Amino acid sequence: MDITILAAATINGLLLGGIYTLVACGLTLIYGVLHIINFAHGSMLMLAMFGVYYLLMVFKVDPYISLFIMVPVMYGFGYVLYKGVIGRLSNSKDENILLITLGLSIFLENVALMLFKGDSRTISVSYSDIMVELGPTLVPMPKLISFGVSMLLCIGLGLLIQKTDLGKSIRAVAKERVGARLVGIDVDKIFAISYGIGLATLGAAACLLMPIFYVSPTIGHVFVLVAFTVVVLGGMGSFLGAVVGGLIVGLTESFGGLFLGESLGQIGISLIFILILLLKPSGLFGASR
Amino acid sequence: MNTPSTAVLHRTVNWKLHIAVLAVAIAFPFVFPSSFMVNFGVLALFYAFIGQSWNISGGFAGQLSFGHVAFFGVGAYASAIVQMRWGFSPWMGLPASAIAGAVVGLIIAVLSFRAGLKGSYFALITLAFAEVLRILSNSVDLTGGGLGMLIPLKRSAANFQFEERAGFYFVILVLTVLSIACAEWLRHSRFGARLAAIRENEDAAKALGIDVFTEKVKIMLLSGAMCGVGGCFFSQYFLYIDPTIVFGVDKSVEMLLVSMIGGAGTVYGPLIGSLLLAFVSDITRVLTQIQGLSLVLYGALLVIIIAYLPNGLVDLFKSKSKSKTKRIADDVAR
Repeated sequence: MDITILAAATINGLLLGGIYTLVACGLTLIYGVLHIINFAHGSMLMLAMFGVYYLLMVFKVDPYISLFIMVPVMYGFGYVLYKGVIGRLSNSKDENILLITLGLSIFLENVALMLFKGDSRTISVSYSDIMVELGPTLVPMPKLISFGVSMLLCIGLGLLIQKTDLGKSIRAVAKERVGARLVGIDVDKIFAISYGIGLATLGAAACLLMPIFYVSPTIGHVFVLVAFTVVVLGGMGSFLGAVVGGLIVGLTESFGGLFLGESLGQIGISLIFILILLLKPSGLFGASR
Repeated sequence: MNTPSTAVLHRTVNWKLHIAVLAVAIAFPFVFPSSFMVNFGVLALFYAFIGQSWNISGGFAGQLSFGHVAFFGVGAYASAIVQMRWGFSPWMGLPASAIAGAVVGLIIAVLSFRAGLKGSYFALITLAFAEVLRILSNSVDLTGGGLGMLIPLKRSAANFQFEERAGFYFVILVLTVLSIACAEWLRHSRFGARLAAIRENEDAAKALGIDVFTEKVKIMLLSGAMCGVGGCFFSQYFLYIDPTIVFGVDKSVEMLLVSMIGGAGTVYGPLIGSLLLAFVSDITRVLTQIQGLSLVLYGALLVIIIAYLPNGLVDLFKSKSKSKTKRIADDVAR
């Protein structure tokens, strides 16, 4: 096979992986702290993407400017949603939270279907078509931007967790809930904040995705299994894991498509997911429990 | 009902209730012979049946699955392949789909339980298995790839296609009765008691000497077979299957929904849930014609049920105390 095709597939895979990382880092934070699996992650991304879409269509706000709107809005939404619904109703049982987030995602997806109908929408911005030469291939500018911001975001989140007081409280709650409460940390508040930050990253992801992707009420399905794969592969709760896992998954999809064809090529992601769960459920960088 | 009751083996079968429900079910197509109503009955029973297949593993044994559609899909394809590719009678699809579902159930269960997956992890891996099967069926010639398989219309009972919809109604009624009998058996048998022990506390069950792995594999095998038969019925009723329809996440979710809403781990939970689902979806379609409204209600209902009625709608019947209805309803609910 031609070396340039392989190189192009590699670059495309890495860029795709950057997007997956972006979607997955919020999921890994929510899991790492709350030990819950946020099944509504995909539908939250969908909501945020519709937000970006309407900000552009109605108020003419550029998707990248929307970053400064969507991130705080999604944070607030996540905080309130956890305080008001998820935390209150789940009685803190792992499987209940899974089912409640599933119920939420069914609810949100179908509300979106009622409001926006089933068709997919795309936006066009002036810089959509700017291409950058990267080795043997041409890459659209917004894809490069999304990759770069995604990596920065992961580093930022990692620093937030490792270096700040808030991060210290979050880590304390993640490790030992009762102990954290004993030293005066408001555990419920930390849960809500973590859920909020998790959704805030989706707000950022939506802004970066919108110029290169489409949105539809079921867009969450495209990302949900992939995001879980990234998180499980990297190790639940690990940001480094989310980056490495995202890139591996992106490359898998890109090379799967190249060697196995469009339809069978998607199988790689699900197989990785199954194998990692069967063989090493703690993932590449996760702490084994 | 969540108390791992030592009285499991002493529970009595409430024959009056079973016979009353059966009588209503048999009378239904004669009282409402219109094709709209019979179709309603077929779909309600169909969801009750596949919901029950989810319920015996997800409810009775507590093994939460998000990928039951894996069994459903292989069952649907097994029946279509036996008929279309190998030229057997479509009725042979029933045993073929049961075997296919059981084999997939066995494989998934052995792999996942061997690796010690439970709770959310088990739910996620079943989802991934279903996805693998969807992609495979989308890519190989045997299943017709993305085009799916169209079963030619030839109406005769020998061909599993009936002149009257009522024919389908009675087929799915028989299957549903069998599935309820199976749930009732689980409620009484030692096997069911062992599953309840596993659901409530796996470590304690192990300490009591229960072979947790084998029991869990057995129930997944049974559940897979039942769900596979559901797939066979689906392909014969709608005469068309494709990978997105029979391996789609939404079918898994619907099975889970009818059981959880009706009452997971109860004998009549899936039937109550599916009647409500069929009723709500028909009402909203007739009255409003808004796409997706019934699922909005269902999503909201799931959240409310988890929060306030963890044993499902059957609990509503239970709360009427000190009356004969309580005794009957208690029996339903258990």
